[in-house]
Amino acid sequence: MAPERRWRSPEMLKHVFAAMALSTVLLAPVLVRAADEIPLPRQEWSFEGVFGTYDLASLQRGFQVYKEVCSVCHPVKHLYFRNLAEIGYNEDEVKAIAAGYQVTDGPNDEGQMYQRPGRPSDPVPGPFPNDQAARAANNGALPPDQSLIVKARPGGPNYVYAILTGYKEAPEGFKMLEGMNYNEFFAGHQIAMPPPLSDNSVTFADGTPATVPQMAHDVTSFLTWAAEPNLDDRHRIGFKVIMFLIVAAGVFYAAKRKIWAPIH
Amino acid sequence: MADVAQQNVHQAHPGETRRDFLLLTAGAIGGVGVAATIWPFIDTLNPARDTLAESTTEVDLAPVQVGQRLTVKWRGKPVFIAHRTPEEIKAAQDVDISQLRDPQKDSERVQKPEWLIIVGVCTHLGCIPLGQHTGDPRGQYGGWFCPCHGSVYDTSGRIRQGPAPLNLWLPGEAELASKALYKFTSDTAITIG
Amino acid sequence: MADTRPGATARIIRWIDYRLPFVQFLNHELNEYPTPRNLSYWWNFGSLSGIMLVVMIVTGIMLATQYTPSADLAFDSVERIMRDVNYGWLLRYLHMNGGSMFFAIVYIHLFRGLYYGSYKTPRELLWIIGVIILLLLVATAFMGYVLPWGQMSYWAATVITNLFSAIPVIGPGIVTFLWGGFTVGDPTLHRFYALHYLLPFVIVAIVLLHLVALHRHGSNNPLGIDQKGPQDTIPFHPYYTIKDLFGLTVFLLIYAFFVFYAPNFLGEPDNYIPANPMQTPNHIVPEWYLLPYYAILRSITFPILFISSKLAGVILAFSSIFILFFLPWLDTSPVRSARFRPIYKRVFWLLVIDVIALGWVGANPPEGIVVTVGQIATLYYFIHMLILFPLIGKLERPLPLPSSISAAVQSGGARLSGAGAPLAKP
Repeated sequence: MAPERRWRSPEMLKHVFAAMALSTVLLAPVLVRAADEIPLPRQEWSFEGVFGTYDLASLQRGFQVYKEVCSVCHPVKHLYFRNLAEIGYNEDEVKAIAAGYQVTDGPNDEGQMYQRPGRPSDPVPGPFPNDQAARAANNGALPPDQSLIVKARPGGPNYVYAILTGYKEAPEGFKMLEGMNYNEFFAGHQIAMPPPLSDNSVTFADGTPATVPQMAHDVTSFLTWAAEPNLDDRHRIGFKVIMFLIVAAGVFYAAKRKIWAPIH
Repeated sequence: MADVAQQNVHQAHPGETRRDFLLLTAGAIGGVGVAATIWPFIDTLNPARDTLAESTTEVDLAPVQVGQRLTVKWRGKPVFIAHRTPEEIKAAQDVDISQLRDPQKDSERVQKPEWLIIVGVCTHLGCIPLGQHTGDPRGQYGGWFCPCHGSVYDTSGRIRQGPAPLNLWLPGEAELASKALYKFTSDTAITIG
Repeated sequence: MADTRPGATARIIRWIDYRLPFVQFLNHELNEYPTPRNLSYWWNFGSLSGIMLVVMIVTGIMLATQYTPSADLAFDSVERIMRDVNYGWLLRYLHMNGGSMFFAIVYIHLFRGLYYGSYKTPRELLWIIGVIILLLLVATAFMGYVLPWGQMSYWAATVITNLFSAIPVIGPGIVTFLWGGFTVGDPTLHRFYALHYLLPFVIVAIVLLHLVALHRHGSNNPLGIDQKGPQDTIPFHPYYTIKDLFGLTVFLLIYAFFVFYAPNFLGEPDNYIPANPMQTPNHIVPEWYLLPYYAILRSITFPILFISSKLAGVILAFSSIFILFFLPWLDTSPVRSARFRPIYKRVFWLLVIDVIALGWVGANPPEGIVVTVGQIATLYYFIHMLILFPLIGKLERPLPLPSSISAAVQSGGARLSGAGAPLAKP
C-alpha cells in the first residue's frame, strides 16, 4: 500500500470525474449541433498521428495541382520558392521552378519597376497584384490565400478535401444565386468558386492517375505542408521530448517515494 | 501619522494659520505640477493627429446613379451610401413604424430623402451586411441582408427581421448618441465626421 | 580565487550573508522552510503556476525579439517566426499553448483554495493578492491574444474594448482613448504590445508579495488546521522539491502533448486569417479560459432597473472576479477544509459544475436554450457567492477536527475521508 495514498482525498477525485461526466453531458448539444451539417468525410492522411510525416511524392503532385490549377486564382502568400526544397526538389529543380515565374523587382537605376525570372529566395508570386484586382477578376469574390487555409478552417485538411470534392447538383427547390455553385460542405452551400478539379486536369509525371479524389488528396497534403511546414520536425522532436519526460517522471517518482519513505 | 504630527504642532502653536496656509499652498502647487506633468503622458494615448485627420471623409456623390450604392471607409468602418429610387423612398416612408423593433421614421434617418447614409455594420454582432453590390442578396425588404445571422434591413436601414436589436447606425450616432455626423456641403457632396 | 582550502565557499557565503543575507534567505525560505507534512498533490499547482510564469516570460521575450507590433506587419511577422526563425514554431506554440496551460493551473490552484478554505484567516491578504494576480493574468492574456493580429485577435479586441462603451456618458470617450483612434487599429496594437510586455513583470512583483504572504503563516493543508509545532512540518527541501519536480514532469507531459501533437487544438482557426476590419467572423469567441466571464457578460439580455443590459452584463462579468476579494468574509464558517464541512463539501462541486456550464454557454452562439442556461448559471454563481457561502457557514455542523496534523497522520488517514468517524477532540 502506498503510504501517501491516505493523504489523497479520494472523494475529490470522484467528484472530478463526476464533474467531467456532467460537462460531457452539457457539451453534448454542441456535438448534436455539429451533426445538423453534413459531417466532413474523414480521409487518411500520412501526416496524422504521433508518427505522421508528409508523403513527399504526394506533396510534389499536390504542388503540381496547385501550380497548374489553383494558382490561377489563389495566392500562397507565405511560401517561398526555396521552401520547395523541403518537399524533395533538389537545388537545380527549385531554381528551374523559380525561373519559370516572372516576379516584379525594382526600382532599377532609371527608377522603373521591372520583371525578371524568379529566384529561390523570392516568394511565390500570386495571380493578382492586390485584393481589389482579385475581386474585380472574380465577380467580387476574393479567392483566399491558400498558404494557411488548412489551419484557418475548422476541420483542416478534411474540410479542404471535402470542398474540393463536394460539388453537386443543387437539390430541387434550392435557390441559387447567380454565378454561385452548389457545394455540400460549404457553409450555406453556395460557393463562388466553380468546381476546380476534373479528371485529368493535370498529368502526373509519376504516372499516378489524375482522378479528382487523387488530385484533391494531393493538393490538400501540399496545402497542409504549406500551412505547417515544420510538422515533421514537430512530431519527431515531440516524440523524443515525451519519451524523455516519461523516463524523467518515472525516476522522479521513484526518488520521491524513497525520500518520503521515512515520513510515512 | 502625519495628521497626528500636525495636530501636535497645532496644539503647540495655537493660531498658527500662516504655516497652515503655506503647507496648503505647497500641497496645491505640488498637485497642480503633478497633474500637469501626467496629462501629456495620458494624452499621448488619445488619437494622434494623423488618426484625427482620417476622422472626416469627403464624398463626391455626383457619380452615384439613382439605385446605385457606394461604400466608403470612415474611421475604419464601412459607410453605406444609397442613392434611393423613388420606389425605395416610398417603401421606406410607408412603413407603419409602430410595427418596428426600433421605431424610427424614415425622415429621422435621412437629411435628403434620396440619399440614405448609414454605417454598414450590423447592430447584432458587427458583421458587414450584403446589399451594396448589384447581385447581392438584399433581403425581402430590398435593403440589406446580413449573412452572419440573417438580419434583414429595409431601404431605410431599419431592422425588420432577424436577431439584430437596432437599426443600422447613422454615422456618428453610436459614438455621440445624437444627430448624424455628416452634412451636405453641396447638392452632390457630403462630409462625414 | 587563489584560496582553495575546504571551507572557502562557506567563508565566501558568510562574507556575503553578513552584508546581504541572500543565501540565508534562500536557505530559510526554500530549503528549511517548514511545510505541513500532509500536503496532497493539489498543492503542486502553486509552484507550477510560478514555473509557468517563468516559461511564459522566457518564451515571450524570445518571441518579442522577432515580432513586429504593427497592423500591417504583425501577422506576417508571426508567420515568419513559425516558418523561418530557428525553432520559432516551438517558441510560438509553447507560448500560445502555455497561456492555456497557465490558466488551467491557476484555476485548479484557485479551486483548491476554495475547497480547502485557504482564504480564511490569517490568509485573507494572500488570497486577495492571488485574485489581483488573476485579474492581471486575464488582462495580459487578452492583450497577448491580440498580437498575432488575426481575425479573432482583431474582433476580440473590438468586442472587449467596446464593453467600456456601456459606461454612461464617458464610455465612448474611454473607448476612443483605449483604441487611440476610432477603431481598433495600429495604435491599439502598439499599446497592447507594450502592456503585454510590461504586465508580466508586474505580475512577478505581485507573485513575490504572494510568496511573502504565504511564508508568513505557511501553507494551508488538506486538514485546514494550523501547524502546532515541528512535529507537524517537514522541511521544504528535499520533500516538496522532489514532489514538485515529479508533478512538474507530469504537467510537462500534458503541455508537451499539446505543443507537439495538438498545437492548434485550443486555438481558433479564424486567427490564421489576417485581421480584416471590414469583415466580422460569424461567431466571435474568446479563448476557453475566458468563456465563463463572456457567458456572464452576454447572459444579461434585459435592462436591470435603469442600467442597460449591456452595462449590467459588463458589471456582472467584472463582479464575478471582484466578488472573490470578499470571499474571506462571505464565508462565515470557522472551519477551513471542506473535508470537515459535510454540506459545503458537496455544494462546492455545484460551483465547479456551474463554472463549466458557463464555459459551455460562452462557447456557443447566444440562441435558444444557451441563453436560458447562461442566465440560470449566472444567477447561481452569484447566489453561491453571496448567499450560499454565508448561509452554509451558519447552518452547517462541522465534523470534529483532528487535534493536530501529526496526530491525524499517526491515526491513519482512511477515516479522514469524510466518513465522520470520531477523532480525538483537541
